[in-house]
Formats: sequence, C-alpha cells, structure tokens
Amino acid sequence: MYAIFRRELASYFTSPVGYVVAAAFMVFNGIFLYVNCLFAGTSNMSTVFQSMFFIILFIIPLITMRLFAEDRHNKTDQALLTSPVNVGSIVCAKFFSALLLFAVCLTAFVIDGIILAFVGSPDWGVIIGNILAMALMGSSFIAIGIFISSLTESVIIAAVVSFAVNMVISMVDSIASTIPWDSLKSLVASLSFQSRYANFSLGIVSFSDVVFFLSVTVLFLFLTDRIVDRRRWA
Amino acid sequence: MIQVRNVSKRYGRHQALDDISFEVKKGDILGFLGPNGAGKSTTMNIITGYISCDSGEVLIDGKNILEDPKAAKSRMGYLPEIPPLYNDMTVEKYLEFMFRLKRIRLPMEEHISKILDDLNLSDVSERIIGHLSKGYRQRVGLAQALLGDPPVLILDEPSVGLDPAQIIEMRNLIRKLGENHTVILSSHVLTEIQAVCDKIVMINNGKIAANGKIDLLMGTGKGTKIIRLVAEGREQGILSALKSIDGIIKITSLGESERGCYEFRIESRKDIRRAISRAFSRTDIAIMLMQPAGHSLEDIYLELISGKQG
Repeated sequence: MYAIFRRELASYFTSPVGYVVAAAFMVFNGIFLYVNCLFAGTSNMSTVFQSMFFIILFIIPLITMRLFAEDRHNKTDQALLTSPVNVGSIVCAKFFSALLLFAVCLTAFVIDGIILAFVGSPDWGVIIGNILAMALMGSSFIAIGIFISSLTESVIIAAVVSFAVNMVISMVDSIASTIPWDSLKSLVASLSFQSRYANFSLGIVSFSDVVFFLSVTVLFLFLTDRIVDRRRWA
Repeated sequence: MIQVRNVSKRYGRHQALDDISFEVKKGDILGFLGPNGAGKSTTMNIITGYISCDSGEVLIDGKNILEDPKAAKSRMGYLPEIPPLYNDMTVEKYLEFMFRLKRIRLPMEEHISKILDDLNLSDVSERIIGHLSKGYRQRVGLAQALLGDPPVLILDEPSVGLDPAQIIEMRNLIRKLGENHTVILSSHVLTEIQAVCDKIVMINNGKIAANGKIDLLMGTGKGTKIIRLVAEGREQGILSALKSIDGIIKITSLGESERGCYEFRIESRKDIRRAISRAFSRTDIAIMLMQPAGHSLEDIYLELISGKQG
C-alpha cells in the first residue's frame, strides 16, 4: 500500500498536474485574500473560505481524474491487481496520495493567516477550523472523484463527470428549495455539502457534520473497491 | 506447479473459454498456442488472477488463485501482452516500485541491479520509460516479472516488437529461465515455441485443440504422411502417373524447380515411396529427389485450427 501511495504522490510532481493544481489553488486563494481581506480592510477570512468552496469543485476532479482511469488505459492495473495486494489497499493508497496533495494546497491558508497577522489580528481558531473543514469536505469530494475515475478508462471523461457531479452537489440547496414536500425537501437539504461547510466556516464544528463527511468518504471508497473488484468478475 | 481445472469464462454471449484443463509440471516450459482471439490472453489473465473465471479453478503451487490470492500471486511473475509500465517513471524507480508492491524480502538494490544486468538494461536504468523503444519496454516488462525470482513465470507474447537479434536473446533467456522456473509462454510465432518449449497446449475457439509433448504431436499429426518430390519429365505426365497410385490424399504442384523438373508436395495416408518409384519405372519419368517432409508445427497448427473450426 505504501509503495502505491509513494508512486502516486511522486507522479503528481513528475507530471505538471501537481504543480498546476497547487498553483491554481494558490492563485485563486491569493486573489480572494487580496479582494476580501486586504483590500476590504478586514482580517476576517470567512469570505475567503466561502469563495474557495467553488474553486475546490474545479480542482479536485483534476487531482482524482487519473487515479484509476489512467491505470486502466495504460494496462498498469494488471501490475497492481496481479500483485499480492488487495484492492482495498490500492484504493486507500490512491485516496491518501490525493488527500496529501490537497492538504499541500490547504497550507495556502496558513500563509494567508501569517500575512494577515502583519496587518491585523486574524482569528486563528476560525482559520484552523476552516482548514479542517476543507480537509473533511475535500476528502469526500476526492472519494467521489476516485469512484468516478474507477468507472471509466478515459481521464477526460473522469474529469468532466466528476466536475458535473460536484456542480450538482453544490446546487443541492437550490434544488431542495424547489421541492414542495417538506420531508423530501429536508432529506435533500441534508445532503448539502455547502450548508454543512458553511457551519464550519462560521466556526461551528458539529459532530454530525464531521460524521457526514467521513461517511461520504468511506462510502465512496468502499464503492470504488467494489467496482474495481467486481470488474474482474464481469 | 500450475493446475488449470475445468476453467470456463463467458463475456456476455461469447463463450471465451470452454472447460479448459491442463497442467504444467515443475521446471517445464509450456508453449501456449492459438490464433488471435482464441482465448490465450484470457487464460493467462485468469491464471494470474487479473480476472476471475465463471467456473473451475486455478492452483499455483497448490494455492488457489481466488481463495488464497496473496500466496498464489506472490509465487508468480507476469508479463502481460502489453507490459504494465508507468511511462512517467525511470526504469530503476519503476522496478523499485514493483519490488515494494510485491513485498519482496531480498536486498533491493542488489536484486534489481542483477536483473538489470541480466536483461542488458543497465544502460537505460536512469531513463524515463515513456522514452524507451518497444524492445526496451518489453524487457523492462520482463524485468518486472522476474522481480523476487518467482518460481512461476507467465509470459504473454514476450518477443513481440523485438528485432531478430533481440528475439534470439530473449529465447536464450527464456530457455535459461526454464532451467529453474516453471514457465508458460504464449506466442503465435511457431518457430519460437518449437525452439523453446518442451510441451504445448493449443487452444482454439476457447477449447483445447491439442495438449502434449511437441515431438509426439509432430510425429502423429492425424496420421498423414507428407512427401516432397522432384521429378524429371512433363508435368502432366508426372501428375497422371501419380494419380494412379493408391492412398494419395492431395497433390500440390509447386512448379518447375530446375530445367525440366517439377516439384510436388504429396499428402498420403500411408508410405507411398515404393509405389511412386514403381509407377515411374513404367514411364520415362526420373525421380530427382524424394523426401519425407514430416509435419512441421505449422502443419499441425493449421490442421487443428481448420479442423476444429466451423
């Protein structure tokens, strides 16, 4: 498992993908920091985090698109699946490599905080809470992206479908508001990533939100494991 | 060492493998033959556990590939039809990755550099795999299969894309590996199989068409005999003299081979050499050459493939 984790992580940085993703994340982060905090003259970073929610929708499919699709396309999955390693650890290794790249991106917020500390007094509690929230939500998006990557042989299709799915997830709140039946409305609304994330960015850490994101992550990693294993039986 | 028992595999409506059974004993090199699409790669993918079978079982050194996959897989090195190479890695980094992936307990650097030496890959060990030529890629694929010195090697078309010198090299290498490994080698280059393997399994339309020692199969070939004949005389005259002989299945005229001499390939049910010389003695046709051609592996192959089709 560690071998695959290392290989995947190294592959982000031997190809342009890792650099492009990290650079894009940090460029947008810089723009939002300047516009929402430095230019607006506040050290409250909540709006920066809210804006970054949408950037994540774009960024994560780029991190996850090749994880399984490329292996299948290049037939390197034969090497992985004929090695004495079980499918679950292959899935986990790929997940953690993507999560680590995402975590590297998140360090941008620490730099933001340090910059703000020169001109004001940022609330480190909010910053750290938000970074954790982003990591939790990001891991859910990564698990969904990995799942989609395992369904196709095409890296492009994996990216486009993941992006579309992420867009739908971001629209869950608006979809829920159009549903006339209350029970269904609250059920759909409870699937919203955004409202749960908003709680975090206001500094409210609720146990149920943490469990929600962790459950989504585990569910999709499990489904990926089933898909990869199931294909051998098709 | 490798036991394949009653393995069947179906893709939708297409029966890819239909009740395949064979066995490879320790130290044997088994040639796995068949036309494209016959099920060679499917069988190899099932043996190595890449895909499953619908029924039947595969045992590697007594370990069932589906029930005890880790034990079975760790005893095998597999070179698939398309070598599973990561194009963004250097040869050395790739082999280190595969070494760790296979959880091999040997001194890594020493082991990898020995394999690189054996396969003449040391010069390219620092190069990115994506930039290598087909011949090198094939050898890196083989290097990956040899990691950990597994007792069983499954090689799917190992000499595809190699130049003639490399093919000979690869053949010698496989023969050498056969001394202390059990090898399954698939190919549709018959001369390669003939040069390297002790036994063959021939597969056609998902079924086993032949299974046994090469020498035995070549000797039998459904009992027909083949003679190469060069005779001096008029072509029509020779043909009509030949047609009077009993037991001939087919005469193929190969044209004028020297001035005034014609060559024929004659298939018959029994030995007809005596009958031919007697038939010619009544005419002024002279035998310039008469040679039992025997069955090449090609003959057996074509016979079995055409006989079992339709």
